[in-house]
Amino acid sequence: MEYLLASAIGAMTAAGIYLLLRQRTFPVILGISMLTYAVNLFLFASGRIAINLPPVLLNKTPTYTDPLPQALVLTAIVISFGMTAVVVLMGLGAYLSARTDHVNLNEGQDDNAEAGK
Amino acid sequence: MNHWIIAPVLLPALIAAVIILAARYQVALQRVFSVASTLGLLGISTGLLIESMSGRIGVYELGNWPAPFGIVLVLDRLSATMITLTSALAVAVVLYAIGSGWDKRGHHFHALFQFQLMGILGAFLTGDAFNLFVFFEVLLIASYGLMIHGGGAVRLRAGVQYVLYNLLGSTLFLFALGTIYAVTGTLNMADLALRVAELPADDTAMIRVAAILLLLVFAVKAALIPLHFWLPATYAEAPAPIAALFAVMTKIGAYAIIRMYTLVFGPDVMVTADIIGPWLMPAAIVTLVIGMVGVLGATHLGRLAAFAAVGSMGTLLIAVALFTPQATTAALYYMIHSTLAGAALFLVVDMVRARRQSEDDAIASRPAIAQNGLIAAYFFATAIAMAGMPPLSGFLGKLLVMDAVRAHDLVWVIWAAILIGSLIAVVGFARAGSMVFWKVETQPEDATPDAGPGTPPAALPFVATGSLVAGIVALTVFAGPVTAFLSDTSAQIFDRQSYIAAVMETPRAIEAENLPLEGTKK
Repeated sequence: MEYLLASAIGAMTAAGIYLLLRQRTFPVILGISMLTYAVNLFLFASGRIAINLPPVLLNKTPTYTDPLPQALVLTAIVISFGMTAVVVLMGLGAYLSARTDHVNLNEGQDDNAEAGK
Repeated sequence: MNHWIIAPVLLPALIAAVIILAARYQVALQRVFSVASTLGLLGISTGLLIESMSGRIGVYELGNWPAPFGIVLVLDRLSATMITLTSALAVAVVLYAIGSGWDKRGHHFHALFQFQLMGILGAFLTGDAFNLFVFFEVLLIASYGLMIHGGGAVRLRAGVQYVLYNLLGSTLFLFALGTIYAVTGTLNMADLALRVAELPADDTAMIRVAAILLLLVFAVKAALIPLHFWLPATYAEAPAPIAALFAVMTKIGAYAIIRMYTLVFGPDVMVTADIIGPWLMPAAIVTLVIGMVGVLGATHLGRLAAFAAVGSMGTLLIAVALFTPQATTAALYYMIHSTLAGAALFLVVDMVRARRQSEDDAIASRPAIAQNGLIAAYFFATAIAMAGMPPLSGFLGKLLVMDAVRAHDLVWVIWAAILIGSLIAVVGFARAGSMVFWKVETQPEDATPDAGPGTPPAALPFVATGSLVAGIVALTVFAGPVTAFLSDTSAQIFDRQSYIAAVMETPRAIEAENLPLEGTKK
């Protein structure tokens, strides 16, 4: 279980970083989504992996699974979802107004964009 | 429990909601609400500052949950200073935005502005590391909206880059917090300080990784080389009032470094003592040099102001990286100064832009702008402050920083970087100022004096910028009392025990009842 989770997080992080380096809006956004999935799983695992245990304290069972990481992950999911929506819209707006989806701003492109304004 | 501590977070949140719901289409009403809220915030934070002067650390337990089980807001001298600085800056910025008409160039300026303030003030007040992340996101998502306020292809593209950079920073922040939680089982800063100090000396690899990850996150915020790439384009392309407000956003990174690396990973905590300062110091020196060279090399006023902001972060972080009370006092003084001066510089740049054809801010000779003399005087004053020349507070701040590094190994490198950096900045500012304000193109005979399209001859922008300049002058004149207060502040920062005692005042009463709190953990 630990190996499966750890390798899944690692693979998603690697894929996310690879996509980020593509420097075009769509792959970069996909890469960021990959990274947020990876970090959500990572946060989830930070409370230790416990299977079939309640996330609350009960008198009958002496063990439980840590509920706090689940709350943290929930917050992180909501935030990353909102952020991804924002960046998709901004990326679309930038593409439609500048006719280029490169993420980096270099001088030549800046000048073209300014001339087209 | 002092309920005023949460007011700086609640007030802008409520006002922003009211603006969106009730005053969506009435700009005049939005302005009234926004100014009233900002003035209210200034009043509240001044009150909190006066209260913090007593030296007592105020703790606000949300939902009355005792720390470390609930989230706490903590008011000490450092956070009180920061929220007062932010609210004062916000008043000047909102007045400028109204006076220059920036708030009418798109929708929801004032609502986003209030949300931004809520995030910044919350980040300064919170005593919980995950809550710090949440407030970072609040201020970031508001800043994304503000950054692209008014639209335009170049601004949108700079905005996309800014958002992507900060999304990466947020992801890194979550990785760091996950690691910290996995090692210590808590995210409350005071509790973390206790647990990190108790870690066994042979099991520190994870917490060291987490400490460095967290430092990277804050370095992105503070625009430390080599993580500064988002800043010049963002600050130069953002609407000027927003760039002026962003002057305090880089300071949040510096604040978070001071807070986390004195309280949790303090200089006397063995596990991380040897990694933070030695890494931060060279990066800060390079940041200072790159910023100042950028000032000299800038071809546009917006870039000039942005690189001046980078350079001032370098000076600030040199003082932060020492982690001694004297250096922290110098860092705090320089932080107040560079926030005011950086913001004023962006507003001056915007006044030039507003009076030129098609908002051009190139450092080149153009037809003379309206009110050339007054704007040139403002530029002169802020340039003196940013470059750290006497008689303004930048000079005193640099002197304090240089005095504080006297005992450091790299003292000659630091002194050389600060002094040569100042010289380069002076040359850069002098060149820009003389090109823009003195070497104006003479008009052809038939041309009417060019006042720029739609120049508002309003007094409000001058009042707003003037109030920031007056703030710099006041910081210089009252340098004695201010440094005395800041020296108390840094004494309080380095007195970790009193912070921990104030937050954890219910001394683990619940653990005493022997509930199986450790559960599945060993």
